[in-house]
This record gives sequence, structure tokens and C-alpha cells, in this order.
Amino acid sequence: MSVLRDTGRGYLLSAPALALFFGLLVLPLLLTLVLSFNVFDYEVGVKGGEWTLAQYTNLLTDSYFYEIFLRTFWISALVTLLCVVIGVPEAYILSRMGTPWRSIFLILILTPLLISVVVRAFGWSLLLGADGLINQAIQALGGRPIKMLYTPFAVILALVHVMLPFMIIPVWTSLQKLDASAEQAALSLGATQAQVMRMVVLPQVMPGVLSGTLIVFGLSASSFAIPGLLGGRRLKMVATVVYDQYLSELNWPMGAAIAVALLVINLLVMLSWNRLVEGRYKKSLGE
Amino acid sequence: MSKNGPLALSFHALVVVFMLAPLVVVCLVAFTPENTLSLPWHGFSLRWFRAVFERADFIQSFYNSLILAVVAATLATLIAVPAALAITRYRFPGRDFLNGLFLSPIIIPHLVLGVAMLRLFALMGVNGSFVWLMFAHVVVITPYVLRLVIAASIGMDRSAEQAAESLGASRFTLFRLITLPMILPGVAGGWLLAFINSFDEVTLSIFVTSPSTQTLPVRMYVYATESIDPMMAAVSALVIALTAATMIILDRVYGLDRVLVGRH
Repeated sequence: MSVLRDTGRGYLLSAPALALFFGLLVLPLLLTLVLSFNVFDYEVGVKGGEWTLAQYTNLLTDSYFYEIFLRTFWISALVTLLCVVIGVPEAYILSRMGTPWRSIFLILILTPLLISVVVRAFGWSLLLGADGLINQAIQALGGRPIKMLYTPFAVILALVHVMLPFMIIPVWTSLQKLDASAEQAALSLGATQAQVMRMVVLPQVMPGVLSGTLIVFGLSASSFAIPGLLGGRRLKMVATVVYDQYLSELNWPMGAAIAVALLVINLLVMLSWNRLVEGRYKKSLGE
Repeated sequence: MSKNGPLALSFHALVVVFMLAPLVVVCLVAFTPENTLSLPWHGFSLRWFRAVFERADFIQSFYNSLILAVVAATLATLIAVPAALAITRYRFPGRDFLNGLFLSPIIIPHLVLGVAMLRLFALMGVNGSFVWLMFAHVVVITPYVLRLVIAASIGMDRSAEQAAESLGASRFTLFRLITLPMILPGVAGGWLLAFINSFDEVTLSIFVTSPSTQTLPVRMYVYATESIDPMMAAVSALVIALTAATMIILDRVYGLDRVLVGRH
């Protein structure tokens, strides 16, 4: 009886959200999947009733797409690595600060997260441009200007800037669960600081690091505004290529196929990573 | 509590500079009196801010974004609050599925959502319409409200509700007088977070806006791909100021650290 009543009430209360999510999330995603199998003709556009795998064979055989996927994934992997290398120590340093500095710096470092990514990309183009502030400083010191904007360097730097908070947050959260007395116990038993880090702190923050890498990698691989503004016309990533296919080539089925591939690869990477992490984590807890 | 050494503190200083440099630079360049993107070495000027207010297209986009964010955040709150209560109060088949579905826009790239909605809207013949842009935004910002309301609803003490119920309060009275006030910080925090996310959204919006419904971030993106001048810095500085103001309110009603790192 009560299960029935709960079910009714549960669905009644979720009905508006459910209707919206079916109409504007599930349905459009299915339509896009269908679109990616539609025949496309540059003369007449999308042919509704005709089906093809051409987009997907294109994706697998055309070296242009292959290169773009490859570039997107090495850039995302490097960004993820840099976020781990910078974010983990930074979160640890933050957690060892006293009040009020800890919350002041935590907010200073994390709030750029809430500022428009277009603004942040623009800020980097001011710094990295051909006559940007960094090059002005180099020239004032008698050096030669360096080309930084529209290179992978600019894209990676700005992506690390955008993604770092997503690494610091989960690591910070798992550090909060760290019992300070465990560190002290290890130290009092004669462990060195390095041993404490390796054997007490790191195993504790690993779940945070791993969920951070998941978010950072996923968001980097699908990032649009940063490569769009800092990569220029030649340095394309998957998202900017999808944009080109939709809005300048007008080849929607091709764009849809790339978008589907991006979503599937992203979800696969996330799920397998998650499984790997859970396996490791359970093992380390002796289950 | 062991203190950080000098090495750790220098590393920390570098990270803080790295995180703040682009934002600080944008705000400084906005005040330049020159025609080029340069720091205001020779005095401050408001000319580029005046230039922003003379651009009717940017003003229009600002209002688009503001109205969009207010209405979308409100609608997202209206659907997320009952959904959050359903998920936290009742055990029913499909509950985990609903929870996952409602949170999924966080892990689906906005790019994919953008092209998907473009296809749907094109088929419906409504692409570029403001109302549908708004619904699209509701989908992507609902998870933020849902998460905060679920957290608030799990954390609350249910005994006051049970007391009111046993005294014969109607379900609506119960919600209005007891439940809502108790989860209000979560609701208000969620609304503000949704507002910020809608106001900043660019990747999805760029696919489903037309010139007349262009939001401010889309307008800025398109402008920045074509030309770079100090006016863009002035717009950016205004956006930073508006975001900062919203964050201060968010901090007062919910606590910024709770929103950012989820401490309860």
C-alpha cells in the first residue's frame, strides 16, 4: 500500500521535471543519434528517409578527423596531468592553512569557476597575444616576442586555469575526511614527512584525485570556448570542429556523428575509469 | 596542525597569481585611455565603458541574458524542489533513475546538448526562439538546484513536520509553513547558482540563439573571434563585477564555500 502511495507521490512531484527532461534531453539526443545516420547531400541537405554509415566511416578513415580526436585527447590528458600536479599539492597546502586564510584563499582560487569562460579566455588572450602583456614585458626587458596565442600552449594554459578548481574541489573534500591524528601518529612513530605523505595522505586523497581527473578530462575533451578563442582557425579541437560542421559546412549529419562519438568516448572513458577506481579502492579497503 | 613551509607558500602564491592574473588584467585594461589593449599606465579612463553603453547590440544581449537567467533559474527551481522532495522523501521504483536523469546534464557536454537541441528546435521550426532557449537553459541548470535542495532536504529535522501533520495541517500548509522555510537556504542558493550558470552559458546557447536572442556570452564570443579591442575588456569587467555581486549574495544566503566544496 505505502509503496504504491510513495510511487504515486514520487512521480507526481517529479512529473514536471520528468516531462521537460524527456522532451528536451532524451528526445533531442535520440534525434541527433538518428541524424548521424542520415544521408547528407551538399545540394539538398539532409535526406530524411535515407540511411548511411558514411559519417562514421569518414570519422574512422579521414585523417583530418583522426588528427583532431587525437589532438583533443592528448591536450585533455596533458591538462588533466597538470591539474593533478598543481591541484593536489595546492589543496593540501590550503588544508594546512589556519583560519581565516584557508577560506579566503579557497574562495579566491575557486570563484573563477563562476566567472564566464569567455571572459577568462579573453583575459588569457590579453596576456598571451602577439603584443600582449607578457610579450610587452619581454620586449621591455630586451627579449624577442614569443608566439603564444593560437598555439597548443595557450589552449593548455587556459584549460588548466579553467579546470584547476574541478581538481581542487574533490581533493579538498577528501582531505577534509583525513584524520589529522593519523598524520601525527605516523610522525610520532618516527615516519619521515615523505613517508607520511606517501603512506597516509596520498591513499586518503586518491578517490578525490581520481574523481577530479574524471571531471577535468571530460570537460577538457568537450571544451569549446577556450580552443575557439585561443586556438584560432588552425588549432581545432573536437568541439570547434562540430561547430564548424553545423554552422559553416552545414553538414549536420557529420557534426552529429562527431558529437555522438565524443559523447560515447567520454562516457566510456568515465565508466571504465570509474570501474577501475572502484576496483582499486575496494581492494585497498580490503573488501 | 603543522604549518606550511616557505616552499609550499611560494607554490601557493604562484597558484593564486595564476588563477587571478587573467581576471585582474581584464579589469585593469578596461580602464585604459588608449585605443589598444594596454595597461592604464598614463591615467584611468572610462571611455571604453561609455563605448559599451553606446552599443545597442551588447545592451540588448545583456538584457536577454538577464531575463533568461532570472526566468530559467526560477523555472528550474520550481521543478527541482518537488523533484528533490520526491527523491529524498519517497522510496519508489525508478527513483535512482530519476535522480541520475535529472543530474545527467552535468556530465553530458554542453556542446552535445547544444547540437541536440538545435536539431529538435529546427524540426519544430522554433530555432532562435527565446522561449525555447529558456527551456534549454532550464534543463542544464536544474541539476545545480536539485543538488542543493536534496542536500538541504536530507539535512533537515523532520520532527516539526511530523508534529504539524499529527495536528492536522494540510499537505500544502505543511510545505509552506514548515518544509519550505527549512530548506530555504538550499532553494535560494540553488536559484543563485542556477542564475550564474545560465548567465554564463555559452556553448549550448551559441547553437540555439538567433541574432535577436543572442545572449551576452554568445555576443562576446562572436565579437572576440572577430576583433579584440578594449571595449571587450570593459564588457568583461562588467560581467566580472556582476558575477562578484551575485557571489557575495550567494555567500550571504548559503555560504560560498558550501556551494563550491559542498561542506554542510
